[in-house]
Amino acid sequence: MIPQPSEFSIAIWKRFTRHRGAIIGMVIISLIILLCIFAFLSPFNPEKSSLAEKLLPPSSAHLLGTDALGRDLLTRILYGGRISLTVGGIAVAISLLIGVPIGALAGYYGGKVDSILMRITDAFLSLPSFLVLILLAAILREVELPIFQRNSVLTISLVIGALSWMTFARLVRAAFLTLREMDYVSASRALGASDRRIMLGHILPNGIGVVIVEATLQLGYAIIQEAGLSFLNFGIQQPTPSWGNLIYAAQSHFTKYPWLAIFPGIAIFLTIVSVNYIGDGLRDAFDPYKVMEKVGEWT
Amino acid sequence: MTAYIFRRLLQTVGLLFFLSVILFSLVNAAPGGPITAYAGRRPRPEKIAQLKRQFGLDQPLPTQYLYWLVGNDWTTIDSNGDGIKDSAGLRKGVLRGDFGFSYRTRKPVLEEIQSRLPNTVYLMSVTMLVALLIAIPLGVYSAVKQYSSFDFFATTFSFAGQAIPEFWLGLILIIVFYAWLKNPWTGEPLLPSGGISSLGSGFSLSDRLAHLILPVVTGTLGWIAWYSRFIRSSLLEILPLNYLRSARARGLTERIVVLKHALSNALIPIVTLIALDLPYIFTGAVLTETVFAWPGMGRLYYQAAIDRDYPLLLAVLIIGAAFIILCNLIADILYAYLDPQVRYE
Repeated sequence: MIPQPSEFSIAIWKRFTRHRGAIIGMVIISLIILLCIFAFLSPFNPEKSSLAEKLLPPSSAHLLGTDALGRDLLTRILYGGRISLTVGGIAVAISLLIGVPIGALAGYYGGKVDSILMRITDAFLSLPSFLVLILLAAILREVELPIFQRNSVLTISLVIGALSWMTFARLVRAAFLTLREMDYVSASRALGASDRRIMLGHILPNGIGVVIVEATLQLGYAIIQEAGLSFLNFGIQQPTPSWGNLIYAAQSHFTKYPWLAIFPGIAIFLTIVSVNYIGDGLRDAFDPYKVMEKVGEWT
Repeated sequence: MTAYIFRRLLQTVGLLFFLSVILFSLVNAAPGGPITAYAGRRPRPEKIAQLKRQFGLDQPLPTQYLYWLVGNDWTTIDSNGDGIKDSAGLRKGVLRGDFGFSYRTRKPVLEEIQSRLPNTVYLMSVTMLVALLIAIPLGVYSAVKQYSSFDFFATTFSFAGQAIPEFWLGLILIIVFYAWLKNPWTGEPLLPSGGISSLGSGFSLSDRLAHLILPVVTGTLGWIAWYSRFIRSSLLEILPLNYLRSARARGLTERIVVLKHALSNALIPIVTLIALDLPYIFTGAVLTETVFAWPGMGRLYYQAAIDRDYPLLLAVLIIGAAFIILCNLIADILYAYLDPQVRYE
């Protein structure tokens, strides 16, 4: 019998909490998010320079030292975390918004719709994505658009999201291809349910597991992409801090003042590791056979 | 199989055409056009108009695309702006290997690429080779000893390796091996911080190797993490299979069973994975090359993006996409060739 949604999510949560790495990842990522949210409690201003205090090494006054303009590095990392995590979140939301409908329509209707949508997906997959990301960021840097200001959080997220929806499309398509043949789908169709209702209400919830797992992994990927782009100075621009442009700014004197390069990178590293472990835990949680095999439950 | 390959090649042509239209319009839709980057800071309007004619940018976009694709030497163009088509075009077009001129250096784009490509091929092939030489034993051993402490550390390493931003790793390595650690005899930095070789001195193998170490370590870590994890899971799927049980029953040692019978099958997906990563040997790693001032394709592209050198950007993107599509095809063919269970109609 298929468990009720509530039981189902409890079962998934139980399996998820058995994954030690995922739990540690959850704790670390929650801490990072909380610290970023409460960054305003810091006594220092993230953007105002005070040249008297420039390039101080880590001390009790400035836990992670100060940068070339005398700004507290910890404060800037926390404010930068807001930017980097927001870019990651919006980018994943955008690629979900593009990828899931494309995959759903292709898988549900099949035939011509499927082959056209999948050709488009293939085209995007055959682009050298990071290079296109650089190109788009370079072009958008010169454009005045109403909502998408130059190098704003929204612009960068859009560009990253628009180049990373393909996995979602493929996964959702595969899920729809198998699920649309199920008896319960034919049953609801016989009862007169509309295509829209069948897709959103009956098929999508059953394919949601893979999407959630992939979204978690994509979050880490998007954060790394933003960091790389900002490191090349094509992403978020100073004085707004992001983890990538903090490292970019550190570049000119990082051998003398290594903390400027080291700490923002640790923030990125901890975030990505945690997110990947959470993704791994979720994958196990949605794939009961694998986890049962692990704990030796099914013998 | 031949029919399959032929059909796939046809699809490739279509896909490349589609991509080239999109990329071309994207690049040329940029406001001010690519010419503003070329004409200097405050160009006179006549100068801009002249440059636009020279590059064919005064034409409507479809015509521009046509000239870019097949050239304009079969038609006449208006070179001095008096409205009379007076001279023959000089461009041969992409299909005949003419990707135009770089806006920045005014040299043919292909020449620019040819001067950088060997450096990238050199760096990336060493990086991939090192990755495989480490990842295969690592993956095999942690699969054979699943849930051992070795496996635990290898898995943790793999998670960590995938999470380290490569440009950051590069900077950290420079801090440690260039700024902190010194050569005990000469007092100079232990390893150089960038470049492909020392300036001013002739070719020396040890100098080349010294310059290679840090970029290779930076680039290879992520790949080791990713490949070893893949090999581990691929082998774990195969190890419980019956044909291995019967091999053991015939008295073969575990070593032969794993390394010969299991690994040869487990490597099939790896071979296709490597084929899919081959395009990086052309496009290079922008971030690693930037950190280490490596004169390769990645840095060429990055510099072109800063200068808005659109012919160069377009050429790298199109050739890069062609490589990706081709390697996808190779991966599929290899897969069918190595695994007789796979058949294509």
